[in-house]
Amino acid sequence: MTKLASLRDAVGELIPDGASVALGLQLEQMIPFAAGHEIIRQKKRGLTLIGPISDILFDQMIGAGCVEKLIAAWVGNVMMGSAYNFRRAVEQDGMKVFNMTNFTIALALQAGAMGVPFLPARTALGSDVTKGNHFFYQIFSPFEPKESLWAVRALNPDVTIVQVQRADTDGNAHCWGNFGVMIEGIRAARRAIVVAEEIVAPEVISSDPNRTVIPGFLVNAVVHCPYGAHPSPVQGCYSRDDAFFRQYHEQTKTPEDSNAWLERWVYGVADRAAYMNQLGACRVDELSVKQHAYAAQTDFGY
Amino acid sequence: MNELMVCGAAREIRDGELVFVGMRLPLIAFVVAKKTHAPNAVGLFENGVIRSTPAAELIYTMADPPNLLRATQCLDMLGVMSLLQSGRVHLGFLGAAEVDRFGNLNSTEVRSQSGLTRLPGSGGACDIASLAQRFVVLLEHKKERLPERVSFLTSPGNGDSAGWRKRVGLPRGGPAAAITTKAVLRFGEDGEACLASLHPGVELDDVLANTGWKLRVVDDLGQTAEPAAAELKAIREYDKERFWTK
Repeated sequence: MTKLASLRDAVGELIPDGASVALGLQLEQMIPFAAGHEIIRQKKRGLTLIGPISDILFDQMIGAGCVEKLIAAWVGNVMMGSAYNFRRAVEQDGMKVFNMTNFTIALALQAGAMGVPFLPARTALGSDVTKGNHFFYQIFSPFEPKESLWAVRALNPDVTIVQVQRADTDGNAHCWGNFGVMIEGIRAARRAIVVAEEIVAPEVISSDPNRTVIPGFLVNAVVHCPYGAHPSPVQGCYSRDDAFFRQYHEQTKTPEDSNAWLERWVYGVADRAAYMNQLGACRVDELSVKQHAYAAQTDFGY
Repeated sequence: MNELMVCGAAREIRDGELVFVGMRLPLIAFVVAKKTHAPNAVGLFENGVIRSTPAAELIYTMADPPNLLRATQCLDMLGVMSLLQSGRVHLGFLGAAEVDRFGNLNSTEVRSQSGLTRLPGSGGACDIASLAQRFVVLLEHKKERLPERVSFLTSPGNGDSAGWRKRVGLPRGGPAAAITTKAVLRFGEDGEACLASLHPGVELDDVLANTGWKLRVVDDLGQTAEPAAAELKAIREYDKERFWTK
C-alpha cells in the first residue's frame, strides 16, 4: 500500500501537539524546511525539537510559537552566527534547553535505535553541559579499569522527519551525501516522515541497496516535495542558498521583523510550490546543478 | 589579522595528521596547510565527511556541496566521532565566546549584570576538546573574552590545573594553543596559558591589559611569523571575496 501523502496530511496526521520531533539530522544538508514550515502553518504547539544543529529551522519554529523545549547541541545560523528567536526565547522567556553535544545527541539517538536505555561515552567529562541535564548520568565501567563514563540516555523521538533525494512509495529511500545522525534518528523514531525530491520505482531503489539508508517499513509517510530543503542544499539537486541565510539573519533581528518574515515565507504561501514561485525562477536557476558529477557505476551482478 | 590567524592555525597542522577541521577560519587553515607544508593531512567533519583534498571552492558550512564532491568518505557522525573517541584524531580546531586561563571554553551562555546572553551551544566543540589528542582555539583578543574562569564550561581545557583532565576521566588531550587577534598563547605542563608570541605590531602591554588574568609570558617572547607568500596565495585564492578573512 502506498504511503504517499501530501505534506499537509503527513504533518496533520503524524505530529500532534506536544510531540517530540527530530529534524535537521543531516546537519547543514537536506534540512526539511518545507516540513517545518507546514508544522508552523498548522500551528502545532508544545513541541520538543530534537537535532544536533539546526541551521535556522529551529529558530523559525521557535519564532512561530511551536516550541516548548529543545534537545540540541547548537542552535543558530551556521554561516552568520546567532539566531534571534532562539536567543529571545531562552534569554527572556526561559525556554528549556537540554544542552547536548553533537556526539552525545548521536549516542542518545543510537541508544534509542538499539533499544538500550543508554550508551557510555568518554566525552563531556568535566563539562557544564551535563549539569542538571537528565540525559547524563555518571557511571563506572564494570570492567577493569573502573573508568568514569557518562551514560547518555536513550532518545526516541515521536516523529523523525528527513529529506532525501529519492524514495519509492513504500518509503524505501536512497540518500547520498553526509548523513549526520539521520539513520539513527529514523531507527529511533516512533514514526517517520520521508520527504523526497523525487519518487522513483522500487526497482530503482533495489538496484543500489547500499544507498538505501531507510527501509520502508520504518516509514509512515512519503512526501514528494521538490526543493523541500531550500535554502539548505541537497547534493546533486540544488546548492545552498547562502544569500537566503544572510537575509534571514538581517531580517529577523526583532520579533516584529521575524513575524514579517514568517508572514512572507511561511503563512503567506500555501505550500512549497508557492514558496518556490515566490523565490523566483532566476534564483531557482542559480541554485541548480551547474556541473553534474556522477559516481562510478557499481556492479551488483553475479 | 585574520590571515595571520589562519596561517597560525595552518602551522599547527603537521603533515599526515587527522584533523577535525570545524568551521570558519580553520576551514581555510586546513586548505592552506594542505597546499603548503601538510599535503598528507586528512580532514574530518562532524557531519560525516572525510577529505584528503580540500574542497575546490569556498564553503560556508561543512555540508556545502563542494565539501562533499570528491570527498574520501561521506558517512555518518557516529563514525567520525568514534574516530575521535578512540584517540585517532590528532588535532581539532575550535572557536569560543570565552577562553580562560586554563584553556576551558565557553560557547553556551554568558551571564553578566545586563543579564543572560545565550550563545548557539557546543555543537561538536565539547567532543573535540574532550577527545582529540590536542586542540587549538581561535578567538578575538578582548578582556571579556579571556576571563580568569569561563562562566560556563562548555568544552574542557585543563580545568583548574594540570592533572584535572585525568581526574575527571578524560582520556587524553587538552589545549595546545589559543590563537587570538593579538597573540598566540600556549599551554604548559602546569596547564596554564602562557603568552608565546605577539602578532606583528602588537605591544606586550596591550595583550596583558586585554587579558582577564595576570598572563604569564615566556622568557623568549617572540613575534608571530608573518604569513609566507605561498600561504597568502592559498588563502586569497580560496576566500576570494574575503568572507572569512576580511
